[in-house]
Amino acid sequence: MSEHEEHATHRLGFYLLIGFTLLVLTIVTACVAFVNLGPFNPVVALLIATIKATLVILFFMHVKGASEKLTGVVVVSAFFFLAIMLTLSLADYLTRAWK
Amino acid sequence: MEHATHGPELVHQFSDAQQQKNSASLGMWLFLVTEIMFFGGMFCAYLIYRISYFNAFAAGSQQLNIWMGGINTAVLIVSSVTVVLAVRAAQEGKRKLLVAYLVITILLGLTFLVIKGFEYKEKFEKHHVPGSTFNFTEKFDDNGKQIPVDSKNAELFFSLYFVMTGMHAIHMIIGCGLFTGLAILAWKGHYTSTYFTPIENGGLYWHLVDIIWIYLFPLLYLISRHS
Repeated sequence: MSEHEEHATHRLGFYLLIGFTLLVLTIVTACVAFVNLGPFNPVVALLIATIKATLVILFFMHVKGASEKLTGVVVVSAFFFLAIMLTLSLADYLTRAWK
Repeated sequence: MEHATHGPELVHQFSDAQQQKNSASLGMWLFLVTEIMFFGGMFCAYLIYRISYFNAFAAGSQQLNIWMGGINTAVLIVSSVTVVLAVRAAQEGKRKLLVAYLVITILLGLTFLVIKGFEYKEKFEKHHVPGSTFNFTEKFDDNGKQIPVDSKNAELFFSLYFVMTGMHAIHMIIGCGLFTGLAILAWKGHYTSTYFTPIENGGLYWHLVDIIWIYLFPLLYLISRHS
């Protein structure tokens, strides 16, 4: 039991490092927004956002090393169903201009 | 059957404290799934309308204050760090440190809301709030080319902007209320190194609200910016 709990929290320095990484990524994404990458601007912005969200979920929300393995399944299924909603909706709207 | 040493918080339907804690955590995550789908629907609407009325949405996005949005992103990230440190303090049974981190988190949450308030004030002054006073004459700056846009479509952008950031702000207000309750109970000594599930689950809620902003910031403020 205590073995599981030790996995759940980390040292102070580790949390500060993750927080610092998140702040750096925020500055990076704000700067990249002013560089013209054509159609890749949204791609890069969403990629950086996803990296940030993943860091928060794995290390701040303790999904990595969680004692309840079902938590990971729930998290993955949440984003899976979100992906279904977004993909099917956009598959419709993005292809309407194709004649 | 031998009774394990546990606090009064263990209710009879669970076999031990760990099982009760895992159940509470799983239930919290299931709630967060509904939150992800709730905001997901708004993100989906935003993406579809952005594709349909690209120029108007880009023009609207370029009018947002990137500094206030960026500083608010940083404020939320720091608040997420203080939340995770609060959970850590709770696990180590440090009551005063726990209360201190919870109070700092609430203050950071309020800072976010105040900055958001100034941002909304700017929108009112520029007549960018949807409704009878809405007036949008700005053009879409497409790498130096000034393209006029339909103000009706720009109004749709600002409608989605206010609904999404407003819903997020309501979640922040709820989070601050939640954390105030947790701080009071923590001060009274409700939480020990073996029982701090409400702190953990409150933290999960706060982190999710942070993650939603992590996506709102690039989608609303950044992706139409380059010039």
